[in-house]
Amino acid sequence: MTGYAATGFDLVLAALILATAGLAISVRDLFAAVVFFIVYGIFVALAWLRLGAIDVALTEAALGAGLTGVLLIGAVARLARNLVERRPEGSGEGGLLAAPPVSRAASPAARIPAMLGSAGISAVLGWAFLAQPADEGLRGPVAANLASSGVTNPVTAVLLNFRGWDTLLESVVLLAALTGVWALARDEDWGLRPGLRQHARAAGVLATFGRLLPPFGLLLGVYLVWVGASRPGGAFQGGTVLAAVWLLVMMAGLMAPPRVTSPRIRAVLIAGPLLFLAIGLAGALAGTFLALPPAVAKWVILLIESGLTLSIAATLALLVLGPPQSPATPAGHTRDRP
Amino acid sequence: MLADAMTVGFTATGLLFFLAGTAGIIRFPDTLSRLHALTKADNVGLGLLIAGLAFQAPDWQSLGKLALIWVMALIAAGTTAQLVARSAAVRQSRRTPPEAAPQGGREAP
Repeated sequence: MTGYAATGFDLVLAALILATAGLAISVRDLFAAVVFFIVYGIFVALAWLRLGAIDVALTEAALGAGLTGVLLIGAVARLARNLVERRPEGSGEGGLLAAPPVSRAASPAARIPAMLGSAGISAVLGWAFLAQPADEGLRGPVAANLASSGVTNPVTAVLLNFRGWDTLLESVVLLAALTGVWALARDEDWGLRPGLRQHARAAGVLATFGRLLPPFGLLLGVYLVWVGASRPGGAFQGGTVLAAVWLLVMMAGLMAPPRVTSPRIRAVLIAGPLLFLAIGLAGALAGTFLALPPAVAKWVILLIESGLTLSIAATLALLVLGPPQSPATPAGHTRDRP
Repeated sequence: MLADAMTVGFTATGLLFFLAGTAGIIRFPDTLSRLHALTKADNVGLGLLIAGLAFQAPDWQSLGKLALIWVMALIAAGTTAQLVARSAAVRQSRRTPPEAAPQGGREAP
């Protein structure tokens, strides 16, 4: 696309991003807000695509719109169940469906500081953007050193070699988030399987879909990781696809979620960060923490990415499932009585 | 030249289907009819878009990927529609129990 068509497309896209962002924070119905948030994520992914940042576009579509959307829908469903529990006796099962959760208007005392805080952050970000010198940033140095990184995709080179430190911390942050979610479990539920019991019928469409899609999903996930060395792709994008496949299989009732105390699932969860850390420490012994010797960098990066993919996929899927809970306990239930 | 004309023809028809589907989602009265508008129009619309783009594909691999996208979207849309329809049916039957709740009204908390 060039000329007027491209400018027009970009203007419409920018307007759609602003409109969906505004709707996502202004609608009262929480489910509608989540839907607008997902649509907003898709438009933002398109915007990254228009800017030529395909790696970021993939991540935004898979993580920002897809997985975060599922997480938020789960949160809204839990809120709805909590509302039902607080209802007086006798309002019955119908109440669950009759009352979608709605965000109540906050008091001015809560609203004004929040508005000021958001406006302040926007102002600082805008100032930081405008104060940037109009150069190419680190593009030049990255291109100059790409040959010694072991990969030909500059994004992967930065993520796993030049700035491996950031990626290592990101993978640990994911693990910390999952630990936080699991910490919400009630004592008596610890050791059970995470998430709600799935109600998929054995011969239903979801079960069929759950059998049909995984081969393609697995292929795509592994492909995204493998191709990340030379073209857009990588552990986060591939891991998200694998997480989605695993979630689908569990939601279709074809596979039970693992118990949170299972040593095997815990090994998978920490494998990536641990491998990354071990390679970093090996680098430290040889001179620099996280430095990869150019001769073997390609294979070391592939090794780290494989480990990270597994851990990211498992962590994301378990984040969506939520804390362990007994099938009898409604989701999000917190005991009011001792 | 002919390929370009085919592309324009197919994609324009596809866009018409999307337009009709969107109108259906907004105008149709209940979940099942809206689902009908969504899936039927979107599947055919996407199929026509892909058929139009196929005339621009540089090689067989791209053609295969385009076809795969359509098949995947078809399966996913069909499955989702079934699930949404089932959930709507369950909701409907719960809302109108034998002792007859007020039609379409929401229960007061």
